Amino acid sequence: MQTQTNPLSGPIPSAVAPRPSAGWKPGLDAPCHNEIFASGRDGGGSGLALALALDAIRSADCGPLAEVADQRAVLWVQDRAAIRLAGRPYRPGLPVELRHRLIHVVAEKPEDLLFALEEGLRCRDLACVIGEVAGNPKTFNFTVSRRLSLNAEKHGVPLWLVRVDARHDLSSARMRWDVRSAPSPVSRWNAAAPGLPSWNAELFRARAHPPGQWILRDDGYSLVAARSIANDVAPDHVDLARPTVGRSLAALQ
Amino acid sequence: MSIWLARLSVDRWRLCNNITAGEGPDAAPLALISETAHGPRIETANAAGLAEGICAGMMLADARTLYPGLAVAPSDPAGDLAFLEKLALWSQRWGPWTALDPPDGLLVDISAVAHLFGGEVRLLDDAAAAFANRGLSARVAAAPTAGAAWALAHYGSQGAILASGDDGMARLSSLPVAALRLDNDVLTVLRRLGLKRLGDLSGRFDDKSGRDAIQRRFRNRRSPAANPLVRLDQLLGRVPEPLLPVAAQCVPLVQRRLAEPIRHRALLDHVVDDLAKDMVRELERQAKGARRMDLGLWRVDGEVVMRHLELAAATRDPAHICRLFAARLDNVDAGFGIETIRLRASWVEPLALAQGDMEAAAEARGTSLAAFVDRLSVRLGPNAVRRPVPHASHIPERAQRWQPPLEAEPPSQGQLAFHTRPLKLLDRAEPIAVLYATPDGFPRSFRWRGQVHDVARVEGPERIAPEWWRERSTVRLRDYYRIEDGEGRRYWIYRHGIIGDGRGGLPDWYLQGLFA
Repeated sequence: MQTQTNPLSGPIPSAVAPRPSAGWKPGLDAPCHNEIFASGRDGGGSGLALALALDAIRSADCGPLAEVADQRAVLWVQDRAAIRLAGRPYRPGLPVELRHRLIHVVAEKPEDLLFALEEGLRCRDLACVIGEVAGNPKTFNFTVSRRLSLNAEKHGVPLWLVRVDARHDLSSARMRWDVRSAPSPVSRWNAAAPGLPSWNAELFRARAHPPGQWILRDDGYSLVAARSIANDVAPDHVDLARPTVGRSLAALQ
Repeated sequence: MSIWLARLSVDRWRLCNNITAGEGPDAAPLALISETAHGPRIETANAAGLAEGICAGMMLADARTLYPGLAVAPSDPAGDLAFLEKLALWSQRWGPWTALDPPDGLLVDISAVAHLFGGEVRLLDDAAAAFANRGLSARVAAAPTAGAAWALAHYGSQGAILASGDDGMARLSSLPVAALRLDNDVLTVLRRLGLKRLGDLSGRFDDKSGRDAIQRRFRNRRSPAANPLVRLDQLLGRVPEPLLPVAAQCVPLVQRRLAEPIRHRALLDHVVDDLAKDMVRELERQAKGARRMDLGLWRVDGEVVMRHLELAAATRDPAHICRLFAARLDNVDAGFGIETIRLRASWVEPLALAQGDMEAAAEARGTSLAAFVDRLSVRLGPNAVRRPVPHASHIPERAQRWQPPLEAEPPSQGQLAFHTRPLKLLDRAEPIAVLYATPDGFPRSFRWRGQVHDVARVEGPERIAPEWWRERSTVRLRDYYRIEDGEGRRYWIYRHGIIGDGRGGLPDWYLQGLFA
């Protein structure tokens, strides 16, 4: 059962909604190409990707011009190594809105995965595309990520690419997240039980937003963000001292 | 109307070899044989052979002792059946639909048709004359039910007609019980019981109809061919007997014969493009869309290359077909050149003309879902693109199945809302080493893939028992725990069995799923 939590009694000391000008607000103007770096030892990466995708779908749905609910399918592409590391999606555990809409693709090689992603981005009957790839395959270079970005922006289909156990390589993704699971808030009915899934998400590279760190949580209606302590202590100039790998090509030249 | 082609195999052998009945090779005794494990067996014999005492089912060696000069030819049951199918279509000249009655009969529905031929007698004469013209010996009969017509054609006089007003039982009571289309063992039983004629089945016993005694004898026989009473009721029209009509199928097929054999890919693509356009015109004429297509390439040196394509939804888009075939033509060896190319739609579905989108921009914006699935299945294989559907099972890994993405979801029961399930499930549950305070208590920490996780929070157990109706009694139950470790990672682990359940030693622990 989804348990509700009181945001003031959770373990996060500064669980307040972010200031509107302070940076990223969940669900608003999500860019089309996102990358999420996660460990293969937990389901946090795909969990956050799914939560972000769901949030984008919800916020698109409740717009003033939305007449009927969006019932387009959601594509989830995995390569063989990612399935071996972190398993396949399990229908009874998916969010209720997405259970009947999921189309799953197994790609044997990274080239096939790229093909499936590109075809998915071109398809007008898909609400969003979630990709999951393990490691840093040779075929995943900057050109390829640029192709994905252009395709996603041209056809307006958002892409969330989960990189399992991967280095931060060069990429043209508009938002790049580093995510790991965070201790969950206290469950309402059983204090000893795991509560709502929470993620410690660090936005280390974004085009339109300053980087930052949040604790994100899907409360069943929308994605809720709370600044984590580390970020309140250190001001938002993290992007000034990034390692080279996180920079764009323009910065290298 | 029932048509019995009593000598179908022999007649077909004669027609194939262009032999007049009773002349040339047909004048001497001849048998059609099939090879069996015990040697050649006679399937049927011609008129001269039957006169010598040779009958179906004999071994060839036995028949040769009766008539040493017996000539033989191989029988061809598959060819006979194909010939019978063609005859069924041809027989639609006497009625709107026909059904096969294998191995050697046809049934034609002539309800409300006879007046077109000037009455039933003249219709039967016409049919008998038509079959005689084709050189086939046929016996025809007409009756209100298929069973009665069959009985009259096989065991009545030639051209017998049972009118709808006649008393069927009175007319048919003198026919042998074999006229009921029964299995051989049932006929043996009836013969041993002394029931030889149809009249014996109804009028023999003291009670009203004599049915009860026969009903008791055959009470366990459900199939019509094994129960004489069901067959008798079908013959008299008391129970319905549905038949499967034969309908002609027109498979859309287009082909190009090329004046000059082609050896280059660009030309081949061009011809396939032309063929796809032809095929689309043909499909549009029939208001159909293709689901499966076969492309055949005939090479000059006699080789044939076949390429098959299966589509997720019925389509009539030449560009889409060409694009999918282009991926399949990469490894075609043209050899000395390809001279004939043929495209066949072997599976079609009705597809009405659709209104194009009002804004042309929407069409150009992207591909449809069906086209997307087609492209992925062509490149990644047919089983790569699937969707999860629920399945009625308690066992977590059996509770979900995979099916093609555009098929309808099977009906299922709702899921219980208080069952929390993980977002992802490992393909195979991985064994973990667990530390616990008491064997049946909560786990304290566990080691998975070489790393130790301390359990910070735990909920459970949720006990899932094995499905006893499916599995053996030694399968152990599972106690599932939801785990959160010190860093917030959430897992779904289970203990396989409990101590003292008599199904093995200390229970093992497994990690099966990852929560979001």
